Amino acid sequence: MASRLMALWDWFDARMPSVAEEFRKHASEYYAPKNFNFWYFFGALSIVVLVIQIVSGIFLTMNYKPDAALAFGSVEYIMRDVPGGWLIRYIHSTGASAFFVVVYLHMFRALLYGSYKAPRELIWIFGVLIYLTLMAEAFMGYLLPWGQMSYWGAQVIVNLFATIPFIGPDLAIWIRGDYVVGDATLNRFFALHVIAIPLVLLGLVAAHILALHDVGSNNPDGVEIKKTKGPDGHPLDGIPFHPYYTVKDFAGAVIFMALFCLVLFFVPEMGGYFLEYNNFIPADPLKTPAHIAPVWYFTPYYSILRAVPPLFNSQFPGVLAMGVATLILFFLPWLDRSPVKSIRYRGALYKSALAIFVATFLALGYLGTQPVTVWGQAGAWLGHADRATIAARVFTVLYFAFFFLMPWYTARDRTLPVPSRVTT
Amino acid sequence: MRKFLLTLLFAPLAAAVPVQASEGGYRLDRAPIDPTDLVSLQSGARTFVNYCLNCHGAQYMRYNRLTDLGLTEAQIRDNLILTEAKVGDTMKVALTPKDGKVMFGAAPPDLTVVGRSRGADWLYTYLRTFYRDEKSPTGWNNAVFPQVAMPHALWTLQGEKGLQVVSRAAEHAPSEYKWSEISPGTQNTVQYDTTVRDLVNYLVYMGEPVANSRKRIGIVVLFALGILFIFAYALKKEYWKDVK
Repeated sequence: MASRLMALWDWFDARMPSVAEEFRKHASEYYAPKNFNFWYFFGALSIVVLVIQIVSGIFLTMNYKPDAALAFGSVEYIMRDVPGGWLIRYIHSTGASAFFVVVYLHMFRALLYGSYKAPRELIWIFGVLIYLTLMAEAFMGYLLPWGQMSYWGAQVIVNLFATIPFIGPDLAIWIRGDYVVGDATLNRFFALHVIAIPLVLLGLVAAHILALHDVGSNNPDGVEIKKTKGPDGHPLDGIPFHPYYTVKDFAGAVIFMALFCLVLFFVPEMGGYFLEYNNFIPADPLKTPAHIAPVWYFTPYYSILRAVPPLFNSQFPGVLAMGVATLILFFLPWLDRSPVKSIRYRGALYKSALAIFVATFLALGYLGTQPVTVWGQAGAWLGHADRATIAARVFTVLYFAFFFLMPWYTARDRTLPVPSRVTT
Repeated sequence: MRKFLLTLLFAPLAAAVPVQASEGGYRLDRAPIDPTDLVSLQSGARTFVNYCLNCHGAQYMRYNRLTDLGLTEAQIRDNLILTEAKVGDTMKVALTPKDGKVMFGAAPPDLTVVGRSRGADWLYTYLRTFYRDEKSPTGWNNAVFPQVAMPHALWTLQGEKGLQVVSRAAEHAPSEYKWSEISPGTQNTVQYDTTVRDLVNYLVYMGEPVANSRKRIGIVVLFALGILFIFAYALKKEYWKDVK
């Protein structure tokens, strides 16, 4: 039997040797640093979630109806009458949030160890493009259940485009295909969510990984392992990705699956953060909910949007700030002037800046889930403004300060000498 | 430092606690529901079909799904279907949304997933805080949902209540609510609270009929993943023992 299989493989390999070649290049002879730590699980886990979303999504489309009159009911039909439908739906809804959890942690890893710095700028740029594409994918997917939050969330976000001077109103109509979010919007968002954006996402993920494998992975020490090679031509501090990291990532993926299942089977709504309570009310274009909050992964940017005061009765400055807040990520490799990559060898300035940035991002995220009145009003000396809005403004300034002051504080930071080989 | 960062990153997940308050500012009571109590769920289903299903539908809930509650299809047909519906039909209602709007000023919403949108505590408090209000078109008002279009559907059970709201002098202090009895119903307070408890228990069940079996399956899945992790970890250890 075994020899028969080998013979079959030899037959295949003789006709298409590139399969074995690519496997060697990207797995069994791709040398990764041996000192990856906890933070290095999240790249592989992002792939795991991507596969989960694509597979569960395929099964959802078999029963979902992209029609304003039927969409809400078809989701309940999936939850009740389709065998195992509830499981598929919860896998997909939990997966959406899980995607952002692992991607945020993956991006935080890059900030910790300077993974965006030369020669990995392109990997970072592809990564930011993946993040932006993922936001579009999540936003369009969230309209599909056609609940109140789906509807009004989409209404709010599409109206952001309407604030752009001159072309805004026409642009918003072009996106919606109607004067309000309606059946036309639902149909096109469905098409974009299940075909167009996933294709772009897959292409970007391929580019992200190819770019990574061309220059090689960074590591918690920020040491270039390719600089110290053994007599066999392989990096002394590198180990083949397969089998070492495939078995390690597999163990990590099992832990991840356990956490995923903990949410999926026991708290699928995650207290209203993964599935909002108001989204169990069918979309009603005539009834605006008192409090519209986007899903948690958008709330830091939503906070920035609300924090910036309108100018000449236009919300455009807030929209612009929100846009800049995401697009500025592209410039990170050139804003960082530090001679070292890893947080291990950086000075107090970068360490403090990163700690403040993380706290700022979480605070903005929290404030974005709450109505602006959540902390009451400040005293007369601040014109009775909402305390939460004042806080969001302070955090918005801190968010931008992390990036705009980066050339200054990274250049002045007192860094430690970087060892020539990885440490642990 | 590393521990601190980890804690910081996972804090928002741990802090995910449902936030539920009524728009009227009335403090919600905790609903003492038990999704495994089949007797309570059956009693709630009976109250639902008798008192709610005249105006509200549950258009995504099939009658025969009630076999979850330990009932046979014959029992469902004989006791819980009060219309011409077949046992495999969903709980539709004859009242059209249009007629509902004419009769009450607002179409009675479908209740299939109301347990998920409103939450048990809100429903439990709402159904116990109707009071007589001469100024309202139906003669009824509600402490949790002021100016609600719905009249008190369970008033024959609870009786008629009066409510006097005393605003406190201080600006942000909560108002004081003084309840009085105008006429008694067929149930005393404890009996009525139990009726509402059972009804809310049923509404929450109907919002997600799979909830109980979902948790049961979850335990099995987590156990299986635990076993798989032992092997995955052993495999990793075996491969990595020669990495220096």
